[in-house]
Amino acid sequence: MSAAPQTVTDPMSRAAVVAAERPRRFGALYVAEHQLRAMRAYGWTIVVSGIGSPVVYLLGIGLGLATFIDQPVASGPAGPVDYVWFVAPALLASAAVTVATEECTYVVMAGFRWRRVFWGMNASPVSPEQICGGLVLAVVARIAFTTIAYYALAVAFGAVGRPVVGLAMIPVGILAGLAFGLPVMAYSATLTQDGGQFAIIQRFVFTPMFLFSGTFYPLSTVPVALQWIGWLSPLWHASELGRALSYGQGPGAWPAWIHLAFLVALAAAGWVLARRAFARRLRG
Amino acid sequence: MYGTAIGQADRNRSPDKCAEVVGGSAYGVAVSAPVIAAQGLTKAFGDLRAVDGIDFEVPAGEAFGLLGPNGAGKSTTMRMVGAVSSRSGGKLEVLGLDPDSHGPEIRSQLGVVPQEDNLDTELRVRDNLIVYGRYFGIPRRTCAVRADELLTFAQLEDKARAKVDDLSGGMKRRLTIARALINQPRILMLDEPTTGLDPQARHVLWDRLFRLKERGTTLVLTTHYMDEAEQLCDRLVVVDHGRIMAEGSPAELIRAYSSREVVELRFGSDRNEAAADELRGVADRVEVLPDRVLLYTADGEGLLEHVAHRGLRPTTSLVRRSSLEDVFLRLTGRSLIE
Repeated sequence: MSAAPQTVTDPMSRAAVVAAERPRRFGALYVAEHQLRAMRAYGWTIVVSGIGSPVVYLLGIGLGLATFIDQPVASGPAGPVDYVWFVAPALLASAAVTVATEECTYVVMAGFRWRRVFWGMNASPVSPEQICGGLVLAVVARIAFTTIAYYALAVAFGAVGRPVVGLAMIPVGILAGLAFGLPVMAYSATLTQDGGQFAIIQRFVFTPMFLFSGTFYPLSTVPVALQWIGWLSPLWHASELGRALSYGQGPGAWPAWIHLAFLVALAAAGWVLARRAFARRLRG
Repeated sequence: MYGTAIGQADRNRSPDKCAEVVGGSAYGVAVSAPVIAAQGLTKAFGDLRAVDGIDFEVPAGEAFGLLGPNGAGKSTTMRMVGAVSSRSGGKLEVLGLDPDSHGPEIRSQLGVVPQEDNLDTELRVRDNLIVYGRYFGIPRRTCAVRADELLTFAQLEDKARAKVDDLSGGMKRRLTIARALINQPRILMLDEPTTGLDPQARHVLWDRLFRLKERGTTLVLTTHYMDEAEQLCDRLVVVDHGRIMAEGSPAELIRAYSSREVVELRFGSDRNEAAADELRGVADRVEVLPDRVLLYTADGEGLLEHVAHRGLRPTTSLVRRSSLEDVFLRLTGRSLIE
């Protein structure tokens, strides 16, 4: 090999090009791997809340509250359905959204500010978009765990009308989590300081959404002036979709594709914004 | 055998390196093409030009320093070289590649030690290294082998299973350096590597960095400590307000911008100014700092006698060799650490 400057430079650059091939392709997976390893630190919380919360809700509502409700609140194609059938899909979707909110707020703030791990990843060959993508993959894994556990318990409690078709409630739950979580993630990624914004999201976005999304009673029973909250809420759309899967659609239900399209649109918009927010923050 | 993990740059090793600080311009004989080349490199944030058209080259195997006060543009320069911040103007090549188009390629060859530790406190010490290695596409098994070698190198082998939060500041820094070496980088970039460490921890860290330097790893570091720059750097640039004020080896800079010796006199803060006025003319140069007067001269002892002869009675006096601090003071009119 000649000692001319160009030929010295070339192998140096070529080595770099070869070394970056795998990170360019699999960067997001490496980030997800890291996040999942880190989740082990609070793995116990994930498992206990993933199994404990459905047990408590399904018992409390299915065996407790349901006994006080004399008249049917909802109907499938074959007439009125059990209250617990009506509630279970909404509870599953709420659990998915709750988990997603946790992962898309505090975990993002920790990555940028408290543990600062995103800055470490950023110095490696992976791109900000891959960091965002890997985070989303890890969130999907955690929501999947929660919704699968929820679904299995709901079936065990007899809270699902059609257990096989109802399996599709699992991906719907994941989609609901992303439809709410990704826009929240995009917002979290722009925050440089936790000035209580997450508590605000929890109290003034998530809680009203949980209460006014036809979770415990049909949205149609809510005053018309408040029904818009449900229409804008990924939780309501996911609940309705879950009910359609569990026991079929009753009279007056919105077409399933509208619910699906709404959830996909929210998740997609959140995804685009979150990637952009990560890139702006990490490549200033 | 940490040699395999960190020895990537051995082939660049130049036997002249160690003599350089004493001997002067040995960097002139570097044979390889520069691993970093910047021309007119600029970074503007709105109206502020944080880096204002700087030129420098770093040959393979050199320990290159950016010396300057906080806010001089050192970290911004490091971020551009590290391919995580795009430049506003000028030319920049790292390993012959443009960071704008080849960010991942460049970063795959760098080890970065940031100013603020960003270790994952939810992972144990050894896992921090393994997880980080994965970002470079290194197989898990290889990561594990290198992690053990690097823990030995960083003198942390008995802390492998410890939680990061239980490490001392110095240990965390060493772990961060070990992490930066997991991909066997061609260039190790360190931003203020010993800021916030106690003197003993600094010396341990310098020793580790010196070993890397001996193995021929290219080091690029920023610091506002002149003792650190003198210890570690073959060559450095003095940066202020985003511009390069001077460039050379520590010895060259001292030769060019300061006298051989410095006499430090303290007369008490209210009398320093008056005493300095009397002493102008006896020294090559006089600087008055809030707490002391600095007299620059080739012969410190001789000057001190002269001062006594004049009947001036400083409360304390000290004769010392010129340092980079003096160079900086001369170049900028300001002290490095204020």
